[in-house]
Amino acid sequence: MIRINNLHKSYTTGQNKLHVLKGLDFNIKEGELVSIMGSSGSGKSTLLNIVGILDNYDQGDYYLDNMLIRDMSEKKAALLRNKYIGFVFQSFNLISFKNAMENVALPLYYQKMSRKKRNIKAMEYLEKMGLTEWANHMPNELSGGQKQRVAIARALITQPKIILADEPTGALDTTTSYEVMSLFKEINQLGITVIIVTHENDIAERTDKIIRLKDGIIESVNGKKIAHKTENSLAYV
Amino acid sequence: MFDLDKWQEIFSTIRKNKLRTFLTGFSVAWGIFMLIILLGSGKGLQNGIETQFKQDAVNSIWLFPGQTSVPYKGYTLGRRIRFTNDDFDQVNNKVEDIDHISANFSIRGSGVVSYKNEFGSFDIISIHPDYLFLENAKVKEGRFLNDIDIKKFRKVVSIGPPIVEALFKDKESPIGKYIKVNGIPFKVVGIFEDPNERDMNRIYIPVSTAQKIFNGGNVIHRLSLTTTASVTRSDEMTEQLQADFAKRHHFDVKDKQAIFIRNTLKDFQQFQNLFLGIRIFIWIIGIGTIIAGIVGVSNIMMIVVKERTKEIGIRKAIGATPGSVVGLIMMESIAITAFAGYLGLVLGVGLLELISSNMPGTDFFRNPEADFGVAVSATILLVVSGAIAGLVPATKAARIKPIVALRDE
Repeated sequence: MIRINNLHKSYTTGQNKLHVLKGLDFNIKEGELVSIMGSSGSGKSTLLNIVGILDNYDQGDYYLDNMLIRDMSEKKAALLRNKYIGFVFQSFNLISFKNAMENVALPLYYQKMSRKKRNIKAMEYLEKMGLTEWANHMPNELSGGQKQRVAIARALITQPKIILADEPTGALDTTTSYEVMSLFKEINQLGITVIIVTHENDIAERTDKIIRLKDGIIESVNGKKIAHKTENSLAYV
Repeated sequence: MFDLDKWQEIFSTIRKNKLRTFLTGFSVAWGIFMLIILLGSGKGLQNGIETQFKQDAVNSIWLFPGQTSVPYKGYTLGRRIRFTNDDFDQVNNKVEDIDHISANFSIRGSGVVSYKNEFGSFDIISIHPDYLFLENAKVKEGRFLNDIDIKKFRKVVSIGPPIVEALFKDKESPIGKYIKVNGIPFKVVGIFEDPNERDMNRIYIPVSTAQKIFNGGNVIHRLSLTTTASVTRSDEMTEQLQADFAKRHHFDVKDKQAIFIRNTLKDFQQFQNLFLGIRIFIWIIGIGTIIAGIVGVSNIMMIVVKERTKEIGIRKAIGATPGSVVGLIMMESIAITAFAGYLGLVLGVGLLELISSNMPGTDFFRNPEADFGVAVSATILLVVSGAIAGLVPATKAARIKPIVALRDE
């Protein structure tokens, strides 16, 4: 599903060039439940953004469903995101002036589905999340767990191949976190690839595969250390 | 362009962001409203002064006799100049570019006018037929005085509507009836209408008849004429008149007291220049108002886009193309500014209508009205500039990476 070879990414802020990803190689197969771990500054969010086609990269290859994702037009990237990827964020990122149902239905708006149809579909997904009664509530009337479930419903409604979650439990208490995680497990069992970025060990332990990042390189996969040729990254610099 | 679903999305956004919508709309509505009030007031001022002018012909020259103030060829100063029928003929024959001309013989005191048992006191003015044009008056019924009346010294009158009302109580037609003017019967041949209310209280009789009946001999008290020539030409005409009269009546050409010449063409020209000044002034303020409106709308649009950065990021993350994001913001801004502009237009025009229908016109202010075409173009200008003002930040916002937008807390 996802194939990444020798991926490099650096940010330029003023005079400084910050080399964030220093040559990553990994594959994620269809239907896997993967977590990406690492301390802050390890490059995990950057990686997630690149995987989610929210950001571009400098060097290497990224294949999504055997398609090379590189130098994409914004329009094409948007279409691919809409079709393949569902996002779940730490801060939920619901649109504050739309109610739960409208938030869930929004991705279908960009698929040009009629209002009536997409609202019916949104209700379906809210029901799956157990939020039927909350459909007409605004995001600020919902609890953190409810908001995250609305966000998950929004990510699922386009029936994506991949769910990308950036610290999905970061703003939630432990009980709610576990609830959300079991939700991701259920989604995964439907055959959807789920990638979760987290820094919490107990969350990562609930996934099938743990990719640990450290200073822009993969430190270990499922605890197995990865050997690196340092020249490789230096050559790029 | 017209996509119902897109508009539903836009209207739901507008409904849920009332303050933002109000602020954007208000600056547009206010700009248009002020522009219309401004244009209307200027027009009202102009209308008021123009009506004053329209009460008499604006292209006329009036001559009155005076007293000499300079000794000339053995004559002492202080000599009264008297106009006679000869002056009328001379002016009529010698001066070119005269359109209409009339002499005037004043009858001392106001005249008592009667019909059967009804009496009234009105101004009796004796004139030539052309005087109708000098007063900018119109024939309402019957006819005005004519050249044959003058030649044959006919005892005929043209009267104003107030006289008809005062004398003919039983609604009979005054045409062909005889009324008594200072005891002498005159036949009513017509009724006239004058744009100046006060000038309607008049009775016009032929100047020749008046001279005969009221012992005038060949004296006339005033000469008035109109011309269709340019202002410069009318200046030349007054100079020629001054010279001719000086020669005929033996006074110094430079003596400004011997006869008085009033050229209304020149007055009118001056007022025309004043209007032009007022119009330019109003346009400068109007353009300033519009620019202030444009700046206001631009400011608000920039803030709106900034405020919506996160929303744009979310929309992009779930599959909105940059084009659709820009489209959404633009359409929203156009919808708000167009509606608000229309509202300002309606309120402004409404207020002007209210003023002009409830406030009696004074000499200086009458019928304020705004040029509708100008108001509509100003609205369109504001809508377009609001759209352009939104386009720049919207394009910028649509181009930033969603992650950056989402990080924006």
